[in-house]
Amino acid sequence: MTRRPWVLGAVAALVFAFLYAPIAWLAAVSFNDSRSLSRITGLSTRWYAQLFGDDRVLDALGLTLRLALTSAVVSTAIGTLAAFGLRRAFPGRGPWTVLLSLPLVVPEVVLGVAVLGFCVKLAGIPLGFGALLAAHVAFSLSFVVVVVRSRVAGMDPRLEEAAADLGASPLEAFRTVTLPLVAPAVAAGAAFAFLLSFDDVVTSSYLTGVGSTTLPVFVYAQASKRGVSPEIVALSTLLVAVTAVLLVAGVLVTAWRARRAGAASTFV
Amino acid sequence: MARPRWLVATGLLAPTGLWLGLFFLAPLALVVQFSFATRDTGVARAVLPWTTQAYATAMDPAFLPIFGRTLAYACATTALCLLLGFPLAWFIARHGGRYRTALLAAVLVPFWSSYLARIYAWKALLDGEGLVNTLLGHVGLDREGGFLLTHGAVVLGLTYGFLPFMVLPLYVACERFDHRLVEASHDLGHGRASTFLRVVLPGVAPGVLAGSLLVLVPSAGDFVTPRLLGGVDQSTFGSVIDDQFRGGNNWPLGSAMAVLLLVLVALVLVLRGKRGEDVL
Repeated sequence: MTRRPWVLGAVAALVFAFLYAPIAWLAAVSFNDSRSLSRITGLSTRWYAQLFGDDRVLDALGLTLRLALTSAVVSTAIGTLAAFGLRRAFPGRGPWTVLLSLPLVVPEVVLGVAVLGFCVKLAGIPLGFGALLAAHVAFSLSFVVVVVRSRVAGMDPRLEEAAADLGASPLEAFRTVTLPLVAPAVAAGAAFAFLLSFDDVVTSSYLTGVGSTTLPVFVYAQASKRGVSPEIVALSTLLVAVTAVLLVAGVLVTAWRARRAGAASTFV
Repeated sequence: MARPRWLVATGLLAPTGLWLGLFFLAPLALVVQFSFATRDTGVARAVLPWTTQAYATAMDPAFLPIFGRTLAYACATTALCLLLGFPLAWFIARHGGRYRTALLAAVLVPFWSSYLARIYAWKALLDGEGLVNTLLGHVGLDREGGFLLTHGAVVLGLTYGFLPFMVLPLYVACERFDHRLVEASHDLGHGRASTFLRVVLPGVAPGVLAGSLLVLVPSAGDFVTPRLLGGVDQSTFGSVIDDQFRGGNNWPLGSAMAVLLLVLVALVLVLRGKRGEDVL
């Protein structure tokens, strides 16, 4: 199959095209001078101007960012610990593994209504940031554990033993050997957790409180009345553009470093 | 110094266990409790006496078409995600070289846009006067009124939304797969198709199973995509549950349906057995 990878490459390119087609359309439409999302009548930047003057959208964005950041930090911190907890066999690892993968297979609508019932009728947690955080960490944790755990499982324990033999304390060995090895997986898990929280509609739609609406829920409420506003399209375009630029910058930095190191190092 | 291993492990797992116990297991237990309650007003706790009335209502034959439609959407979405995700994951894992991680990240970049903005982009593209219909018109494949409000549009939207959940576990499986097995198979005289079926597919099966599960479950529970891309009567299991909690205010019925959805998921898990556990 390595003989003709470009056939496969063409298919992969098509799938990428599928992934980016609606994004390209959003980017084009964000410069439309009418409200229409289906036909471009002229060019303008009015939606970007309106976006930066719309306090409700900016407030919702602020809350969503804070929530996603907090959820990512909490779930990455405790999820990474859990991934290390599952590293070696011990009695009870089976049930723990099952518990940790359960949130992956519970539909969001079920989690949403369950946490809603729990907060409102049992725990007396007011809807809003706290309730949202509780649910978002609950569904992000499993992803963090899965990602970090696969890295931890693939790690060579002899590296840490070597560090210990060379006189490193367990803490030093962890900081200088273990941590750098798992750091990419931890970063990937954190990014995943952030994204899951940042874009969540279904679960969050049950848990937002008065004056604490996340952006996706705000957009959903707005969309069910009059469709998605061009401002949101402009904001989406901005967010994708920023991530794409960061990604390209990351690739360039890696390529530059690899050239400088003069080695065909793998990009991790 | 020699602390027992299970004690250390349990200590490391404790924060996660606590969080999931409080904000995941306890709420689910509460849903089970609600499902056996008499209909309440939505403000008080579940009202006694216990009854299985909600289950009787949920099993009503009237809900069967909705159930069937939900399953059909979920299965079609999973199949399509596999079809699109496998070549992509295989290509990135085998031929991505040092850009593997970047390519994988590129799969996720579109998802920084708002979920609903993406859905509405598809709405615009699939519309009667949208780009897709116009392009297909040039080859005579256009459709009166476009492709919006069709089953196809719903499956397309769901596939788009959940494709990354398929690609990521598939990628892990493809990366782990020892490519020398393919060469060995070729050397032993197997053709491409035979090699794919007998060597590659069993090799990446854990990824296929994990990815399928990660797509099947959320697409069975989603109600936003079918509502926005589907036609007038596009209720799915998820949307019916949602109606009970938001509009209808019949928490016991909604809870019973949620429990039934969980039972369905559990069935899939049991059918899957032990396979694929190391990826998920």
